[in-house]
Amino acid sequence: MKILVCISVVPDTTTKITFTDNDTQFNKTGVQFIINPYDELSLTRALEITEANGGSVTVITVGEADTEPVIRKALAMGAGDAIRIDAQPKDGMYVAAQIAEQAKIGGYDFILTGRESIDYNGGQVQGLIAEMLNWPLINVVMKLDAEGNTIKATRDIDGGRESLSVDLPVVISAQKDLCEPRIPNMRGIMMARSKPLNVVVASDKNDYTSIASYELPPAKSGVKMIDAENAEELIDILHNTEKLF
Amino acid sequence: MNFSQSETQQMIRQAARDFAEKYIKPHVMEWDETQHFPRDLFTKMGEQGFMGVLVPEEYGGSGLGYFEYSAVVDEIAQVCGSIGLSTAAHNSLCTGHILYFANEEQKKKYLPKLASAEWIGAWGLTEPNTGSDALRMKTIGKKVDGGWILNGAKNWITHGISSDVAVVLARTGELLDSKGITAFIVERGTEGFKGGKKENKLGMRASETAEMIFEDCFISDDNVLGEVGQGFIQAMKILDGGRISIAALSLGIAKGAYKAALQYSKEREQFGKPISSFQAISFKLADMATEIEASQLLIDQSCYLKNEGLPMTKESAMAKYYASEVAVRASTEAVQIFGGYGYTKDFPVEKFYRDSKLCTIGEGTSEIQKIVISRHILK
Repeated sequence: MKILVCISVVPDTTTKITFTDNDTQFNKTGVQFIINPYDELSLTRALEITEANGGSVTVITVGEADTEPVIRKALAMGAGDAIRIDAQPKDGMYVAAQIAEQAKIGGYDFILTGRESIDYNGGQVQGLIAEMLNWPLINVVMKLDAEGNTIKATRDIDGGRESLSVDLPVVISAQKDLCEPRIPNMRGIMMARSKPLNVVVASDKNDYTSIASYELPPAKSGVKMIDAENAEELIDILHNTEKLF
Repeated sequence: MNFSQSETQQMIRQAARDFAEKYIKPHVMEWDETQHFPRDLFTKMGEQGFMGVLVPEEYGGSGLGYFEYSAVVDEIAQVCGSIGLSTAAHNSLCTGHILYFANEEQKKKYLPKLASAEWIGAWGLTEPNTGSDALRMKTIGKKVDGGWILNGAKNWITHGISSDVAVVLARTGELLDSKGITAFIVERGTEGFKGGKKENKLGMRASETAEMIFEDCFISDDNVLGEVGQGFIQAMKILDGGRISIAALSLGIAKGAYKAALQYSKEREQFGKPISSFQAISFKLADMATEIEASQLLIDQSCYLKNEGLPMTKESAMAKYYASEVAVRASTEAVQIFGGYGYTKDFPVEKFYRDSKLCTIGEGTSEIQKIVISRHILK
């Protein structure tokens, strides 16, 4: 089993988001970047599976050199090696095409991703990779096991759960509850420095979309408290000020 | 001069922070109130490599230096001083003494177990009537055929009951002779060795502090640590390194209290604005932040000297003295900033306040640190 885990490098969840260039660029200044939390789950589960059943785990990301400290954290967690496709990730199509190409070259038979990245929340890459490789996809999985070449996955569906079985090769995306994300141990952190982090040149692929502008949600306005006795005042505000009816 | 942390050091710090958030923070108050020593947590910490930070990899440790070690203790103490203290005592004292002074056979036997936290370590120097005045210790090691018979008691011992192995200092020569003390390795289960009373403490309540009692306890010659008569000299060297870890523990407590107070001061409003906008509060925060930075620099200096194998007795005493006093000051001011809420157990600062006081006492009081420092500057 040769597992390829796709890693997205995303801003830390506590980041204060700002934009530059007329609200068309995300402002990276002072931002701490982390492994996309859903990808961290897929990586942890991939490591658990290979530690129990054998096989290898490679992590892959599309990103520029400044993503390497985050990639090395994935190596510290236990991935055997890493591939960085040297490009600014554009849209999901671009990223998926780059990864699918490397997946073919490397002969992987199991690709894991997160259900989505927590920055752009596209949730497309796993489906696009599966299509490009002509592999099946099981999306948004919260339980995952491997028996030989057969993968068993469980996912939430409306009002219940379904359990699926599929033979390799397959693409699977991780949902929370899949496992406890692994915190790298000291030995892993030290070993990460000597593990291969291969930088490959991005191939010429199309990006089909571009960001026209970003917009922050409107700031929350203050809460106006109205006494229970003054229900008429509330109705007046809802009707005349907010014009809700 | 380079003050920046390497990527590896940042990753280690982050790993310790993540670990503390996930496995320690949810239980802090429960462990504190019940005085529960969470033995299983240390097994997990062993897996992370936090229990043998300085132990070379060939003995199952992490093979790192004092910068990484102090960062781990600091990060853990920001969440729970008790766990920080136990981490420091295990690494620096018991494990440290075996690492620096044991023979090869002893290292192979004990270090892998200690670094993985399969075994928890304790270190016994202090006695009921001899704290700083260790040369008057009353625990006696009497030479017999094939070994030694220990009699006496050690007090205020971190992990005195729960440890699986202890390094114990006992008098084997004349009273007040600095070459009259020997270190022994004593395993739990050895006949005549038992844990005594567990102390009920003001703070650091999840870190077990207890008595160790020796009654005609036979220790074979194989378990003498280093040379006979060298125990006191070894112990002083162990305490030099131990001071760095207590300084780091103090720094963590100070940072934990400061961060809580900083956040609260921005959220708490009085007279229509956040209390951080009042100079009375912002100046407190400025003092805390400055003293924390100064502590960090003193600790980093000691770590550097220790890593390089350079003399650092004075510097580590300064780091321990200063950082521990800062821990008490910062946590006192944090309680003050929180006001009435700070006096309750619903907010973390009252615990930092209680925990911090150990730092100016344990492993040499502030007054003893000043003796050490003044001896060096008046040489």
